[in-house]
Amino acid sequence: MKKHLMAYPYALWILIFIIVPLALILFYSVFSIDAEGIHFTLEHFRRVFEPIYLAVFFRSIKIAAISTAICLILGYPMAMILASKNLSKKSLLVVLFVIPMWMNFLARTYAWMTLLEKNGLIATIMEFFGVELPSLLYTENTVILGMVYNFLPFMVLPIYSVLVKIDKAVLEAAEDLGATPIIVFRRVIFPLSLPGVSSGIIMVFMPALTTFVISRLLGGAHFTLIGNLIEQQFLTTMDWGFGSALSVVLMLMIMVSMGVAMRYEKENEGGGLW
Amino acid sequence: MHEEIIRLVNVSKSFDDQQVLQDINLSIGRNEFVTLLGPSGCGKTTTLRIIGGFEIADTGDVIFEGKKINNLPPYKRNLNTVFQRYALFTHMNVYENIAFGLKIKNMDKKDIDRKVKEVLRLVNLSGYEKREINSLSGGQQQRIAIARALVNEPQVLLLDEPLGALDLKLRKDMQLELKKIQQSLGITFIYVTHDQEEALTMSDTIVVMKDGRIQQIGTPQDIYNEPVNAFVADFIGESNIIDGVMVKDYYVEFAGSGFECVDKGFEPNENVDVVIRPEDIKLVPAEEGMIEGVVESVIFKGVHYEMIIYGRGLRWMVHSTMMEPVNTKVGMKITPYDIHIMKKVTEE
Repeated sequence: MKKHLMAYPYALWILIFIIVPLALILFYSVFSIDAEGIHFTLEHFRRVFEPIYLAVFFRSIKIAAISTAICLILGYPMAMILASKNLSKKSLLVVLFVIPMWMNFLARTYAWMTLLEKNGLIATIMEFFGVELPSLLYTENTVILGMVYNFLPFMVLPIYSVLVKIDKAVLEAAEDLGATPIIVFRRVIFPLSLPGVSSGIIMVFMPALTTFVISRLLGGAHFTLIGNLIEQQFLTTMDWGFGSALSVVLMLMIMVSMGVAMRYEKENEGGGLW
Repeated sequence: MHEEIIRLVNVSKSFDDQQVLQDINLSIGRNEFVTLLGPSGCGKTTTLRIIGGFEIADTGDVIFEGKKINNLPPYKRNLNTVFQRYALFTHMNVYENIAFGLKIKNMDKKDIDRKVKEVLRLVNLSGYEKREINSLSGGQQQRIAIARALVNEPQVLLLDEPLGALDLKLRKDMQLELKKIQQSLGITFIYVTHDQEEALTMSDTIVVMKDGRIQQIGTPQDIYNEPVNAFVADFIGESNIIDGVMVKDYYVEFAGSGFECVDKGFEPNENVDVVIRPEDIKLVPAEEGMIEGVVESVIFKGVHYEMIIYGRGLRWMVHSTMMEPVNTKVGMKITPYDIHIMKKVTEE
């Protein structure tokens, strides 16, 4: 059998599950369908740029960026600790780290709700000590907490995978040339780990930008991110045209940021997970 | 003339219950080219790493210019290392690699430029400043690694099998170049290798190690001509090692007959190792030899032939520029001076 024949199932798969849906979304975003038939329109895109929706975009980007930054600040030292342990302990630690990811995403997030809610565990304990807490659930910070909790492994693992590949001799060479541990980190370890950092940022920023579950569960019914907005258009208001236009804009934003990150990684010979 | 710069005193080290160094005592002089030589696992690299500060000795002292530096971290030691696999910084270009140590010392930019230029000329890579590390060949990377260490003007340069990854021709060239650099800069080189030829070519002093112990310290000539035991003899060049009995001073019995020799000071009738270099056995017509034998095999080695000769129940390796065909009867002649008697090494 010729090799290219074996590619057909995959081509078919891509056609049905990637190209056709994309084409449909593009179609819905620039055509309106009503009793008079189908006609071309840019009305959906114009609506995307109304202040109320721009504010949602802005808030989504802000929250995703904050979550990504926190993941980086927490994740980098964590990856370093994982990478520095000796081999037997290392695999155990990595497994412990990954196990929560095997649990259902919703279950994990609901667990946070029971911890944080008005009569939840944390409030009860603090009350016992006589501290009256403000509302823990349904705030912006709660949403950020949920994102950090859920997406932290996606930051740690790519950085970890780059760090363990750094040759120990290179670090010794730096030390040999007079570099104190701090300089070794600043001038050698960190620059060499950048491909992992950029992978990690992409892998956290994207789901954080598009999620609607975390914001719905931890942010409450009125906390709207782009994901929620798009969900509403398709499931509640049935305005598929506007929903598609939102999706297209979101996709463009992701493609641009990916492009920037990918170019950076090419310069650094890849690494990480991409 | 032996002005000491580094001394190891009773240094021992073990990893996970495995003793890798036992009671190492070593004095290294200024401007000396010292080679630590031995088979893999003999502890030579560990010794170097203890001097460099990458390992801490369990017991014993490391003394540098009269001061104990046992626990001094590598970045505070006035010595530099050339690593086995170069360990260059792949995220920097050649210039940045070499300037790394100087920048840490906050040296003036102009001085750094000048020094980098000088050291690149020294390793024959002038004009390579802007090149990326991954665009260089193995030999060039090795030179950069050497330049990166030398530019800091260390008093001692540690080299951990630096030529191991190069091909034979390049290795020979680099050996001579390293020796030249060492002599012109006048700094101490401590060189680790398992290649006896490399050690003989370059060193002022060779330290032969085995199983974490020093076997012999001496000049290349000493080590080659007067090995202290059969291990050293065998490791430095080829040897015939034969069981013998030292009947009395200057008289040894092996291979079924008695021979005059130049060694003394053994117990009467002590069991010894008799070591004879293959090039020290002269081939003569069968009736004129001390030992008679038959040529079993001949291998052409370039300058000489290597022949295995079977005689008196033993196989003798003989190097000679004259070839005797297989199955020829030959006689072998050994002068007393070429018979080396060594105490049996008691294997633990």
